[in-house]
Amino acid sequence: MSATATEVGGPILDRAGRILLLLAGIGAAIVAWRFWVGLGPATGLNDGYPWGIWIALDVVTGTALACGGYAVALLAYILNKGQYHPLVRPAILTSALGYTFAGAAIAIDVGRPWFMYRIPVQFWDWNLDSALLEVALCVMAYVLVLWIELSPALMEGYEGRSGRLAELAARWRPRVERVLLFVIALGILLPTMHQSSLGTVMMLTGAKLDVLWQTPLLPLLFLISCIAMGYGIVVVESLWSSAAFKRTSEVPMLRSLAGAGALIAGVYVVLRVVDVAVRGRMPELFAFDAHSVFTLVELALFAVPVGLYLAGRVRGPGQLLRFALLLLIGGTLYRIDAYLVGFDPGPGWSYFPTIPEMLVTVGVVAGEILAYIAIVKRFPILAGGTSHLTNRRVS
Amino acid sequence: MKLDRRSLLKGLAGAAAAPVAASGVAQARERVEAEPDAAAMLYDSTRCIGCQACVVACREANDLEPVTDEGYGDGLYDAPADLSCDTLNIIKLRRDGSAAAYVKQQCMHCVDPACVGACMIGALQKRERGVVTWEGSQCIGCRYCQAVCPFNVPKFEWESRNPRIVKCELCSHRLAEGLEPACCDVCPREAVVFGTREQMLTEARERLAASPGSYVPKVYGEHDVGGTQVLYLARVPFEDLGLPDLGDDGVPHLQQAVQHGVYQGFVAPAALYCVLAGVMLRNRKANSDPEQGGGA
Repeated sequence: MSATATEVGGPILDRAGRILLLLAGIGAAIVAWRFWVGLGPATGLNDGYPWGIWIALDVVTGTALACGGYAVALLAYILNKGQYHPLVRPAILTSALGYTFAGAAIAIDVGRPWFMYRIPVQFWDWNLDSALLEVALCVMAYVLVLWIELSPALMEGYEGRSGRLAELAARWRPRVERVLLFVIALGILLPTMHQSSLGTVMMLTGAKLDVLWQTPLLPLLFLISCIAMGYGIVVVESLWSSAAFKRTSEVPMLRSLAGAGALIAGVYVVLRVVDVAVRGRMPELFAFDAHSVFTLVELALFAVPVGLYLAGRVRGPGQLLRFALLLLIGGTLYRIDAYLVGFDPGPGWSYFPTIPEMLVTVGVVAGEILAYIAIVKRFPILAGGTSHLTNRRVS
Repeated sequence: MKLDRRSLLKGLAGAAAAPVAASGVAQARERVEAEPDAAAMLYDSTRCIGCQACVVACREANDLEPVTDEGYGDGLYDAPADLSCDTLNIIKLRRDGSAAAYVKQQCMHCVDPACVGACMIGALQKRERGVVTWEGSQCIGCRYCQAVCPFNVPKFEWESRNPRIVKCELCSHRLAEGLEPACCDVCPREAVVFGTREQMLTEARERLAASPGSYVPKVYGEHDVGGTQVLYLARVPFEDLGLPDLGDDGVPHLQQAVQHGVYQGFVAPAALYCVLAGVMLRNRKANSDPEQGGGA
């Protein structure tokens, strides 16, 4: 493989970095307040809507947006498309950060996070019927797997320096790389399991979830859409990195990645429509009430990029960006719909996030972007650039 | 090497195989039956006079503070508007013109409860005599039980720093002493009575047979959502009393069929892992062989 990855260099806390730090700081302060006053005063949540944007956005959508590592690993390692290797490291980094911050969001959202350790530990109490248990265990394991997948790149970053860390890195990197294949296989299995289970979770809400979303295909639809989103996020991230850090553009590679995304999105649209039709819910789909409109918009956000791709209008960077953003927004809307918009606990209940609740979500995203910037500036993640240090191979 | 559709589909088919197979092979999960000695209540809306003695008795039996701050009058009256973490049992009134009917709300103690199916490490479980109770040391406060309960029964202590999930536990502490739940004990009209589920079903059928004109001909909870351990009789349609038609399958029925289909014995995930690792090993070998010149 000829691809090389280098660190970007430069100050981490430049102007953008300082703004991100401020936003993350505001979020952190609100989190401290939330633990003091309880969830009720801090959020719009209530007994009818026990889950809000911290779950639907930060966790359910956040982990799907972090499926770049999963989607690219499928291509690079399972379909053996070696040319995608330059995309692997940044994708794994985004995934590792996405899942880590989603885990943090869960700890902010649950009422008694100090008992969370019991979930992986007390295996004799596991309720194997619970899709949420499966999600929790898989996400915890996957965070670990992602950081192991990323660790060779991080250790590589230390090898050029001096001191004990450099020695440790030099000793451990070959060891990790030897078993990495088996870790990566786990890194494909785990998202397959928990991204589908995020759909299964909502199956148990039964009649509270509108018929347009409540289907036995929920797990499959969640799985397929997260892969499409994975390709979308890799395209967006790659275009943004090459613009922000003046890296060589990877447009031809992104174009064929978009092909994969278009194919998956097409499968999703067909499945979703066939599912609604087979369950006899076409009248509801075209009722043009709120739920029907949300579903149609959702479908359009997936169908339009497929159409654009088939029409040959996904070629330049601008077109690629538009294509990928549509997929990401479509997948995000599907998740918000299935967890919030389509969820109706009955008369008398309503939910809308409070300002502090939204600021926490903003803070989580800002912290995540800041961590991404910090790591690509200090470690060899991005390919196609020149650096003051010697270029290194990406394995 | 260009990415062609066929190879992509082929590869993704592997990854997607597990859930696809699941939706296909998900066998009908066996119906969950009530235990023979299942503790049960029968609430007869036609006998209830709305005296709220049961609401007060429930408070006393469960050490709950009166709710006087819901904004009615001068705050001297215990007047909760709905079930909450301070109110585990409530009497509501449905008025439709001149016809009125009371309805009692509390945990239904489903035979096949959604909350128990949801709970990750068994904080909520069907314990002694099928009563669904909450064990605090196992609860992380994820509130999945609230999201899945078709009757919106589990309540969360939203203003607490160490919040609990609170709901009617059929006075399990009183049952342990051989007593009835406080609400049944105090009811002056036998509008709510206590016994085994079999006894309560028999009682309900007798009341239906004795005065068929006063009732909708159905015992709500006999079959609904897989059966409940709180049964209802009423003269107005049950939907009007907040007891929706939820079908006869337990809420977890379909979800667990899918879940079991995928994860039975953990065979599918283990097999998928082996396939993934195998494919990757083969790819690595092919790539390191210069004659073959694999993907990279």
